[in-house]
Amino acid sequence: MTALLRIEGLRVEFGDGDAPLVAVDGAGLSVAPGEVVGLIGESGSGKSLTCRSVMRLVPRPGRIAAGEIEFDGRDVLAMSAQELRDFRAHDAGMIYQDPFSSLNPVYRIRDQIAETLRVNLGVGKADARAQAVELLDGVGIRDPERRALSYPHELSGGMRQRVMIALATASRPRLLLADEPTTALDVTTQAQILALLLRLRAERAMAVLLVSHDFGVIAQVCDRVVVMYAGHVVETGPLAALYTNAQHPYTRALLESVPELESAGRRTRRPGIAGVPPELTEVLPGCVFKPRCRHAQPGCEAISMALEPVSEGHETACPVRPFAGTGSAPTARAGAQR
Amino acid sequence: MSAVDVLGAPGPPPVETAAWRRRARGLRGLPLQAKIGAGILAFLVLVALLAPLIAPYGQNQLDFDNILSAPSPSHLFGTDSTGRDVFSRTLYALRVDLAIVVVVTYIPLPIGVLIGAMAGYFGGIVDSVVARVIDVMIAFPFFVLVIAVIAVVGPGVKGVLIGVPIVAWALYARLARSEMLVMREQPFMLATTALGYSRRRAILRHAVPNLMRPCLIYSTLDMVVNLLLLASLAYLGLGAQPPNAELGSIVADGQSTLLTAWWVATLPGLVVVLFGVGAGMLGDGLSDGRLRGGVQ
Amino acid sequence: MTDQLPLLRVEGVMKEFGLRRTASERVARSAAEAHRAVDDVSFALRRGEILGLAGESGSGKTTLARCIVRLIEPDAGVIELDGVDVRAASGPELRELRRRMQMVFQDPYASLNPRMTVATALLEVGRVHRRPGAENGEQFVRDALERVHLGPGIATRRPRELSGGQRQRVAIARALAAGPEVLIADEPVSALDVSVQAQLLNLFGDLRDELGVAILFVAHQLAVIAEIADRVAVMNRGRLVEVGETAAVFGNPQDEYTKALLAAHPHIRLSRVAS
Repeated sequence: MTALLRIEGLRVEFGDGDAPLVAVDGAGLSVAPGEVVGLIGESGSGKSLTCRSVMRLVPRPGRIAAGEIEFDGRDVLAMSAQELRDFRAHDAGMIYQDPFSSLNPVYRIRDQIAETLRVNLGVGKADARAQAVELLDGVGIRDPERRALSYPHELSGGMRQRVMIALATASRPRLLLADEPTTALDVTTQAQILALLLRLRAERAMAVLLVSHDFGVIAQVCDRVVVMYAGHVVETGPLAALYTNAQHPYTRALLESVPELESAGRRTRRPGIAGVPPELTEVLPGCVFKPRCRHAQPGCEAISMALEPVSEGHETACPVRPFAGTGSAPTARAGAQR
Repeated sequence: MSAVDVLGAPGPPPVETAAWRRRARGLRGLPLQAKIGAGILAFLVLVALLAPLIAPYGQNQLDFDNILSAPSPSHLFGTDSTGRDVFSRTLYALRVDLAIVVVVTYIPLPIGVLIGAMAGYFGGIVDSVVARVIDVMIAFPFFVLVIAVIAVVGPGVKGVLIGVPIVAWALYARLARSEMLVMREQPFMLATTALGYSRRRAILRHAVPNLMRPCLIYSTLDMVVNLLLLASLAYLGLGAQPPNAELGSIVADGQSTLLTAWWVATLPGLVVVLFGVGAGMLGDGLSDGRLRGGVQ
Repeated sequence: MTDQLPLLRVEGVMKEFGLRRTASERVARSAAEAHRAVDDVSFALRRGEILGLAGESGSGKTTLARCIVRLIEPDAGVIELDGVDVRAASGPELRELRRRMQMVFQDPYASLNPRMTVATALLEVGRVHRRPGAENGEQFVRDALERVHLGPGIATRRPRELSGGQRQRVAIARALAAGPEVLIADEPVSALDVSVQAQLLNLFGDLRDELGVAILFVAHQLAVIAEIADRVAVMNRGRLVEVGETAAVFGNPQDEYTKALLAAHPHIRLSRVAS
């Protein structure tokens, strides 16, 4: 299966050219058509920057310094301004964590959607308004005719995110970039939004790159997972493989940190991860996770952070493999939720 | 109080830069604009402080052999109609004016900040009363009020020293109050209550230091307004009385000879402009940095 | 510990907020419609327990937490700390009650004064409340930091020089420096990364077990409450809909809202990996 989106060796830098601060260093991932890929990491891991790079929307003064981003065989980084606009308008949509600040407070919902349709798809004015209502209906907003006339502040957070999804998917893009789309929402609303994303994926064979810090969210909707730490991709693989047989110490430590409802009433102690992620100014030789790693050993400062295969589609940046043979727990219930 | 005492005290612009430096990765973190502005102000303050050393002549030293002579190496700014050296007079005038400006800007500032902080913190009736008083003070024609005070106490700098602070505190109180209304809801202010601190401590130790920043930035603008006010009053003959010089009175003196001896009025006037430009750049630059620094 | 007198007793607490009035309503002086943020809430916090207060945004849990220490004045109800009426207290008596009930806020950066070093902030609490040991500043600060497992090295730093987890530890250390019997923690781990969150949850557990502090732990993440709380209270639209032992409530919820909340919670649903 050829990839719809392929990122390789992506490097995002801040600061001046002589001594740049490297926020994303050699990150790579791919998304197949219709696939939902989760990009997980903690704050400062570079996951959002990686996601934004696809749209070439890295916030200033950051810049993409190296790497390849290929969408359906086209080189995104080489696109002209016009091609880039076209790409953003038709091929890829993006939604963000805060659906409120992404909507203009002084225009009605209908007009904002209609504007997008007119500008990006060349739909006529009257048609655009009618389609806007249809789109709202399509993302599960009840009473869309009335809601279309609302202003953003009159909608709840969940509804605003639905509007954003309607906007981002109006042109039926083949890829949706979702940057922490449910982080600002309550769990009940979150479940509805995730269900909506899965429905759109099924209806339109739309691929999704879902950025999140929440393993619960990732587990609910993703086919594959990419784990980032300190600007590097440290592990990637199918959801079940990653959750039950993580090979990178960081992935394991992170998974072990996640609290679970199932432990209700038991006094649970989770180890967490000692220390803090490296500052952008710190340049660590070899493995970036070594200073916090429980399995660090001599030689870790010399490894390359290149991904090595574990099994079909499962790759890790840790050559030490402290867990080799310990994983493959039998009760994998990955995806059982869906 | 003498001019030297006032200027010799740690002046507000240096305090501002020092506080800033601690916060924002050194002076180098400041926008270029602020650095240039601070440089201009520092230069003017230094020159004013050192006036007795730099000035080649006494400010009231007459020289009837050299009446209205054009700028030259011996008289940098030329001489006026009684042969006094305009450069020397400008230096002494700057000294007096800067001293007064600093007093009338930085005495009302802490008073206004305190009143505004209390109004914003307590809210309710206290706030309503203070807010109305502030409105009245600000709505009152400032210039007229100062002239009215001068009418009572007589011409001279006394009128300015009394008249300006009567109104100026309200500007700072308004600014501090509006910032406080926002800050009051911030977790670190809530925390002072939750920690069981007294209100006095919450306001003085925790709120005021954070309120000072916007007020100090605003004060750079206020200084310019005050300097212009001072010059205007002196121009009208309501400032320092002859023979002592103020920038405004030198300009007024030179007005009658503007066509034959442009330097008498123009060059001191340019010093006022230079001060305005410096203070303006500093203020702009600092508020720029403040926005980008985004403390809270 | 079933029959002992509760340390903190909250009964029938009520708080209404007037909705913002429109200009015409203001002119007409008509009363604004009231929104009942906290509606007849009663519960007890026992000595040495962690009571989780769960609910979604807008459920009134933060308002309730703030009412207890009177950061917000409740409109009605009884709040008693160890038999002392909190709502009737004022002046020094109120400040002493607040010392005994300390608060930890969600955003550890915003809750620390940006201009103060860690040592200054900690010492200030000790001096204001004349805590034993506060005369010897250095030792006091060192002890306060040690209680939250921080080294003395960070004493001279300011909040912005600390990581999120360190800031929240400092905020907790500051609360503890007052020598409280009750901690009211309002979403204390919500702003933190999961690996840091785990360590802070352990810290809260230690505070309960080692210092015997009773903790009201407000959180919207049910799984967090599941792991830290002895008992849980679920709040919805200003009302407490269910209170009970954590295992009982989460294992066999009685209220419809609790059930819906639990159903929507994202599970990892994968067995734990061994390390």
